Amino acid sequence: MRRIRVIPALLLQGDGLVKTIKFKKPKYVGDPINTVKLFNEKEVDEIVVLDISATPEKREPNFRVAREIASECFMPLCFGGGIQSVDHAKKLFDSGIEKVAINTAAYEDPRLIEAIARIYGTQAVVVSVDVKKSLFGKYQVYTQGGKKNTKKDPREYAQEMERRGAGEILLYSIDRDGTYQGYDLDLISYVSPAVNIPLIACGGANHLDEFKSVINEGHASAVAAGSLFVFKGKEHRAVLVNYPKQEELMEKLYEQV
Amino acid sequence: MITIIDYGLGNLASIKNMLKRIGVKSIITDDPEKIAAAEKLILPGVGAFEMGMNYIREKGLLDVMNQRVLEDKIPVLGICLGMQLLSRHSEEGDAEGLGWIEGDTIKFDFEPSKNLKIPHMGWSEISQEHSSQLMHEMYEDPRFYFVHSYHVVCDDPEDVLLSVDYGMKVTCGVEKGNIMGVQFHPEKSHKFGMKLLSNFANNY
Repeated sequence: MRRIRVIPALLLQGDGLVKTIKFKKPKYVGDPINTVKLFNEKEVDEIVVLDISATPEKREPNFRVAREIASECFMPLCFGGGIQSVDHAKKLFDSGIEKVAINTAAYEDPRLIEAIARIYGTQAVVVSVDVKKSLFGKYQVYTQGGKKNTKKDPREYAQEMERRGAGEILLYSIDRDGTYQGYDLDLISYVSPAVNIPLIACGGANHLDEFKSVINEGHASAVAAGSLFVFKGKEHRAVLVNYPKQEELMEKLYEQV
Repeated sequence: MITIIDYGLGNLASIKNMLKRIGVKSIITDDPEKIAAAEKLILPGVGAFEMGMNYIREKGLLDVMNQRVLEDKIPVLGICLGMQLLSRHSEEGDAEGLGWIEGDTIKFDFEPSKNLKIPHMGWSEISQEHSSQLMHEMYEDPRFYFVHSYHVVCDDPEDVLLSVDYGMKVTCGVEKGNIMGVQFHPEKSHKFGMKLLSNFANNY
């Protein structure tokens, strides 16, 4: 039996949590502190919180919210959004965050990854890689919250980030985000075997039943999901924080991989 | 009151957060005088072994820590790197440790065919090797959050308190008199970690 990490991925916009569809149409889902408290009660494996408004607003990370969330989190917590310097990362670590997720800044200044990893260890640095498929079926890395096409190949990009000192890759499919169409197994199995570090797959989760294929066929190390854990009902997207019970995870995931 | 030793590495805030949640007072300090007056120590740590030992020496904490733990025998709990520092030596940076536990810290080394990633990262269930106040009334099927590339190997199996299966049986908890260590992160392990830390705070 292998315990696979199952991670709620939450998006912060200003002071509220939202959920997007293909990185657009943000829908308010609640107060971040309350939501994290609920996930904490459900004993989730880990939480990822990404502030999607920091980079577009050209501002530094929301340290206040990060600190408040950390004080309610008795599980590992990864925080991203607006981190542009070692000092930003330091402030987050000092407030009780275990891992920082870096996206746009990793592309613009990959030396930042090296610098943070050298001080805090590679296990503290997650590089978040947003990917979209081109009209010709080619996977390409996007930054700036899905707005800027870097034209980089996600496989080579992930390898470069590993060399720079990333301890994990958060591979996010923009095309599948919030769509409930299932994980993009082609993308995951394209990138995952190319790196030696754990890869967390995100985007498109539809049902607990498909997690096992993300591991077995996609060769990811962990699964993350947004809509699946904050909504009930795919049509109306009514907010309901939920997370599978240990027995369910045991039966549908741990014993299947 | 628990004194959390700040030697420049590690996620001290999350340990303090959890202690606060379970109603245990703590201070974070790198002041040798405060450590000299401590009743109970937590030695946290995330990062490189050698850097950790260097900080302890540079900050002038080594003598007072040896005094309190080895002579005065106050309880100490090493967490993650903090547990590894209890050992004599680590392969990480070929560095000398505190030597409070007879054992060494070595790197995971797996055949590629085993398909095991390093670091060992994530939640794992643990086994208890003998009874201990640290695990008193622990919840069923205890699981803890791990992140480590190195692990401690004890000379004396009697010192091994907890183990975890990761490609082999790996020591993840040690206890020798007043000296204890855990490889996982109780401060990030929900009720299981709360129970363990509250046992350390109340039973020793």
